[in-house]
Amino acid sequence: MKLHTIQLKINDEQQTVTVRSGDTLLYTIRKQLGLTGAKPGCLNGDCGACTIHVDGWPMKSCLMMAVEGEGKQITTIEGLKDTPIQQAFVQHFAFQCGYCTPGFIMNGHSLLQKKPDADDSTIKEWLESNICRCTSYSEIEKAIKFALEKNKSS
Amino acid sequence: MEVIGKSVIRKEAQDKVTGQAQYTHDYHTSKKLSGRVVLSPYGHARILSIDTTDARKVPGVRAIITGEQLPLTGESMRDRPPLATDKVRYHGEAVAIVVADTPNQGDLAASLIQIQYEVLPVVHTPTQAFQQNSPLVHEHLGEYEREKDVYPVPGTNIAHHVKIRKGNMEKGWGESSVTVEGDYSFSPSDHAAMETRSSTAEITPDGTIKIITSSQAPFMVKQLIASYFDEDIGKIVVDTPLVGGAYGGKASVQLEILAYLSSRAVGGRAVEIFNEREQDMMMSPSHIGLDAKIKIGADHSGVIKAMEIQFLWDGGAYSDKAIDLTRAGAVDCTGPYKVDHVWCDSYCMYTNHTYAAPFRGFSHSELSFAVERTLDLLAKKLNMDPLELRERNAIQPGHTTPTRVLLNQSNVGNLQECISKLRTLIRWEEGPVREINERLVRVKGVSCSWKTSTIDSNAPSGVILTFNRDGSINLMSGVVEIGTGTKTVLAQILAEKLKMDVDKIHVRMTVDTQTTPEHWKTVASRGIYMAGRALLEAADDVIAQLKEIASIVLRAPIEDLEVAHMKVFTRDDPRISVDFKDICYGYQYPNGNSIGGQIIGRGNFILRHLSHLDPETGEGNPGPEWTVAAYGVEVEFDRRDLTYRLIKAASVIDIGIVLNEKAALGQVMGAMSMGLSFAGRETFYYDEFGRVLNPQLRTYRPIRYGENPEYLVDFVYTPDLQAAYGARGVGEHGLLGMPSALGNALSLAANVSLHHLPLTPELIWKTKAGNV
Repeated sequence: MKLHTIQLKINDEQQTVTVRSGDTLLYTIRKQLGLTGAKPGCLNGDCGACTIHVDGWPMKSCLMMAVEGEGKQITTIEGLKDTPIQQAFVQHFAFQCGYCTPGFIMNGHSLLQKKPDADDSTIKEWLESNICRCTSYSEIEKAIKFALEKNKSS
Repeated sequence: MEVIGKSVIRKEAQDKVTGQAQYTHDYHTSKKLSGRVVLSPYGHARILSIDTTDARKVPGVRAIITGEQLPLTGESMRDRPPLATDKVRYHGEAVAIVVADTPNQGDLAASLIQIQYEVLPVVHTPTQAFQQNSPLVHEHLGEYEREKDVYPVPGTNIAHHVKIRKGNMEKGWGESSVTVEGDYSFSPSDHAAMETRSSTAEITPDGTIKIITSSQAPFMVKQLIASYFDEDIGKIVVDTPLVGGAYGGKASVQLEILAYLSSRAVGGRAVEIFNEREQDMMMSPSHIGLDAKIKIGADHSGVIKAMEIQFLWDGGAYSDKAIDLTRAGAVDCTGPYKVDHVWCDSYCMYTNHTYAAPFRGFSHSELSFAVERTLDLLAKKLNMDPLELRERNAIQPGHTTPTRVLLNQSNVGNLQECISKLRTLIRWEEGPVREINERLVRVKGVSCSWKTSTIDSNAPSGVILTFNRDGSINLMSGVVEIGTGTKTVLAQILAEKLKMDVDKIHVRMTVDTQTTPEHWKTVASRGIYMAGRALLEAADDVIAQLKEIASIVLRAPIEDLEVAHMKVFTRDDPRISVDFKDICYGYQYPNGNSIGGQIIGRGNFILRHLSHLDPETGEGNPGPEWTVAAYGVEVEFDRRDLTYRLIKAASVIDIGIVLNEKAALGQVMGAMSMGLSFAGRETFYYDEFGRVLNPQLRTYRPIRYGENPEYLVDFVYTPDLQAAYGARGVGEHGLLGMPSALGNALSLAANVSLHHLPLTPELIWKTKAGNV
């Protein structure tokens, strides 16, 4: 079994980890670094619960190998503090069980940064990559739109 | 009211938006081993041999467990080996477990276990299972240990039979000038909670069995493991942290048993079994399927006179909770209508499908699809407005249920008012059909539902309240936070009762069965209903204790004292007061003398007057109250390619009272979303070997963002006099009428009668072609 010792830059901290070639980034950040905010939902890229940011773009961390993370700026939900999107999710009851929430927030936060003028179809294009099983999605829509508006006015 | 009804922010909100909220699989320790399960590749096959020689050679493998010499399990009837022994009865059934240091070592070893199977004929549907020449799923049905009100029929695939016999069918049909009949069916599907199930077990040197599990029923885990394996119940401690969605699917006890067996096999070391999605969908209990026959008779004015119903529930390979699901479907079999003559046979059938867990609504969305579709057939035959037909027959106080419970102003909601509000909400006066162009048409369908919760008649709920030194309160209840916000709503109820700031009430989010008072199971929309009452009793207990000390300190009779804003004071002069913080741990006089002591409040609740059903007639009281609701769904249907878009979905529910507005709306809309997803797209597809073809979220595809309709929700407020502040259960009810309302809308839109789920364009096309 081939092991690699690699450097990962996560949430602005440099981390050294030893991983198998086959270890996903999701497995590594959860198991080795204790960053359990990113969730395993399908391990197949279908549900988006493990979404993180890689160089500012949303990425499903179950679809990326840990060794591919070297030299990238990685942000997990633990790296977001009191952002507009987090506040909006709280105010609009945009979660229930909370398991998909880190993935939706990471996706939504990136949307705010990359597409501040996103219209309905762009929002849909981005958010349909994640599944929420508890809410009706209309709460999430309200939260995203509220944060987009707030983002624009600030 | 100050706090009740307000959209108080959920107590765990910050944790959930920052990634700090911890679920079962988030608890990591380096010493934890991994249990990997070998699943059956067939729906029905004899196990000829299992060879683990090669698998044992894999580095890191600590144990391999197979099924011999394990006791049978099952909640109402013990028909299920924890690991399959002589034969496998469903695709995905657990056959062996590899315990290894890491998951990948376990997977490698699991792939090297050689199992020889002889494939057996598969029982694909409950209707096939019901036929006399059907292959048997269980050959020794008569020998299983079971609860006394379970009625299996040995030599058949009938695990349980519930009979409802009310009135006189001959008379009912005699009074009917119109009759309609329909057959309906749908296959099992999945709960698809975003958190797959996982359980960790450890047995410490003193014999304590520690289990951490993603469950709605930690107290049942404790009880059943003690009972199945003859363990000391006091030495079993089950922890349940936050649960990432459940919807009934985590009320069954399965994975905990496998984790316990795994730990036992490696000398008590901690072993985690984590379901990957495919395993979660195939091995873990699923959402029940149904084959139903409905016949309704009515007079020419649309008054229903008789209903004859046969439910063949697809309980799957083992009976477990399907026995209770069969009963729940029977007791509310007519839907929310006055029917004097009822004949219902509800059978729990064995098939070679994954066995069934509860699913949000507990048989009611399923039965509602069959009954409400037939009601639309009746409306059509009578040439009558379908909402008017429902209103004319709506259940009311003074009527009796199929099991002959006399309804009153409290134990049933106001369905007629729900229907009346629905009319306005969906603009029913515009009519059900609106032409857009020659391709597109917008069509509305309606339905109604009712539901009581048929939980165990002695199911307990308890609450404990303790104080902090600043006078704030800790609230401990055994209700699991599965996403419904129950813990926050309990805090609101307490804040209202004590007239204090809800921020000064701290709730214990997690449950552990050693120190949290038991709440039977977090199911059946009974969280607030039962824990709310227990909480009010605990609050009264606290108030009495506070007043007792305060009366000495304030030198005033207890009767003159009031409690509010974390103080006890005299009613006529609130300035004469003492703060909670100065008495909740006893009161100390200036010279050091002290009186009283730590105040601990306790409360409990048990449902009253519930009874077993008569085995021949079904007579009995199955549940405390019936929540009623009316629904509408509007679709835009494309007549050219038979596709459709969900435009609007509406629910009007008699909720009693709203405790937290946004939380209540979230429960209702979330349930509607799940109902539309079940109705429109979710099912397991099987091949000729009974293999599940779509056990992935790529091929089993719930509704995603942007595919949802606009949701319209309204409430009716008929208080339940037994419940805290009159609140009725509401966690499930948004779902119940969605399949039927969507089915009614699409049947009208496509001008065919749709009798199956999911309601896909392909189903509509096949139905039109007479090819279902």
